[in-house]
Amino acid sequence: MPKAGYTPEEMMTVAAARKLTGRAVCFVGIGLPSAAANLARITHAPEVVLIYESGTIGAKPHVLPLSIGDGELADTADTVVSVPEIFRYWLQGGRVDVGFLGAAQIDKYGQINTTIIGGSYEKPKVRLPGAGGDPEIATSAKEVWIVLNHSKRNFVDKLAFVTSSGYTTNPEENSGARGRGPTTVITDLGVMDSDPRTHELILMALHPGVELQEVTDKTRWDLKAAEELERTAAPTEYELRALRDLHHRTSIAHGAPASGG
Amino acid sequence: MAEITSLREAIAGLVGDGSQVAMEGFTHLIPFAAGHEIVRQGKRDLKLVRMIPDLIYDQLIGMGLASSLTFSWGGNPSVGSLHRFRDAIQSGWPRPLDIEEHSHADMAARYQAGASRLPFSVMRGYVGSDLPRHNKNIRFLDCPFTGEQLAVSPALNPDIAILHAQKADWKGNVLVHGIVGIQKEAALASKKVIVTVEEIVKELNAPMNACVLPGWVITCICEVPGGAHPSYAHGYYARDNAFCTAWDTISSDRETFLGWMNRHIVGTSDFAEFRQSIAADRRN
Repeated sequence: MPKAGYTPEEMMTVAAARKLTGRAVCFVGIGLPSAAANLARITHAPEVVLIYESGTIGAKPHVLPLSIGDGELADTADTVVSVPEIFRYWLQGGRVDVGFLGAAQIDKYGQINTTIIGGSYEKPKVRLPGAGGDPEIATSAKEVWIVLNHSKRNFVDKLAFVTSSGYTTNPEENSGARGRGPTTVITDLGVMDSDPRTHELILMALHPGVELQEVTDKTRWDLKAAEELERTAAPTEYELRALRDLHHRTSIAHGAPASGG
Repeated sequence: MAEITSLREAIAGLVGDGSQVAMEGFTHLIPFAAGHEIVRQGKRDLKLVRMIPDLIYDQLIGMGLASSLTFSWGGNPSVGSLHRFRDAIQSGWPRPLDIEEHSHADMAARYQAGASRLPFSVMRGYVGSDLPRHNKNIRFLDCPFTGEQLAVSPALNPDIAILHAQKADWKGNVLVHGIVGIQKEAALASKKVIVTVEEIVKELNAPMNACVLPGWVITCICEVPGGAHPSYAHGYYARDNAFCTAWDTISSDRETFLGWMNRHIVGTSDFAEFRQSIAADRRN
């Protein structure tokens, strides 16, 4: 435990959770977005509606799911619908306020690569899992938030592959994108918002103890910063306790002894 | 009308070399027992279709049984990489694998189009994505009414769908509950359908609006208790997360993978024996 009393990942999760408020309808990716969205739900935002792409609407998991289709999500959901229905009626039908995603890599426009690292598409050096629901979440949610660790490996000048973007820079194109695309990126160092006109990410806030230099050092493009940078409030004891309890419950629930392999 | 058979007979009779096979189950009800039986029977040149290839296709790909894969997310859920899938794409081991890659929404729409016997699916999608540049089966069409650009892909009509479900009755009607995923669409899109079930009961007693596949759309029903392990069957057993984590190690090395497959799958006669084999391994 660092001397701050919390880890950078805890700060990132808490900062992401704080953004989700009221009765927002949130389409949740697995991992960090799911931890943040559930932290919001069990602390300041009990009425948020969490949707997972497995078709679980209004899921209220007591422990974090390991996959987007865990039984815990179905058991605690308001309703469970089919996969075509979740993507057609609920996502593309415009019911989702926030698409909350993780990413392997992003560029300065918040475009996401989850497809390949190095080499070509046909002959990649490292093949990643691919698109999943991201391209249409990015296209159809009213806005997209991305949460990921800040490093030179993740914040790149040019993506090897644009898996998911959610908007087009060509104003002539009647693309069908309904939402604003990626609007916010939350990392372990700070928070970036996209410029509504250019889509470029602008650093808006630094987490406690983080200096601007560290953020620019870990970003492979020339990151612009707001003139008056905000300072994120450190996690409160209440937030930290809720998050740690959630992770604790989760590890107990999923740490059952091996029954195979 | 569905015939109730052994899994061995169903796979032998309905899965041919070169068949286009869709083994579905969206993180839930994944038909692992059927996948193993395909490995035992050494089916060749399969054209695999599945939204999330998962461990089940990692096994088939690693054994060199697949010539192509159509998919939308190729990871080990909650763990990370699918190593056999990666090795096939990155290094062509044990043989090159042609991939056709879509998004989840698109794959779901393609099954719906297939079930509807329409030629293609239509949706809003892929805005700004590089995927359409690498997949000739993702194209764009202007809406004839509004001019909006929409993404279209050909319908999926696999030769055979293989699914797992909780229950069937004596007439072969199948009840699926919990996360129903893409089960219904995959069944109705495909030319033949095999369903493995936890149990065959006299009466389904399904609630009125439950997801029931009538026996007359299914070709074969096979009773295979535990047949979705290490995924789960809601109401019967939970996901075996430890196995999915262990798979990361088993599959990360070619020799370890082949040794494990030969010992536990090729070297056993059916799924029950496979379960005993891995349980014995765990005790030692």
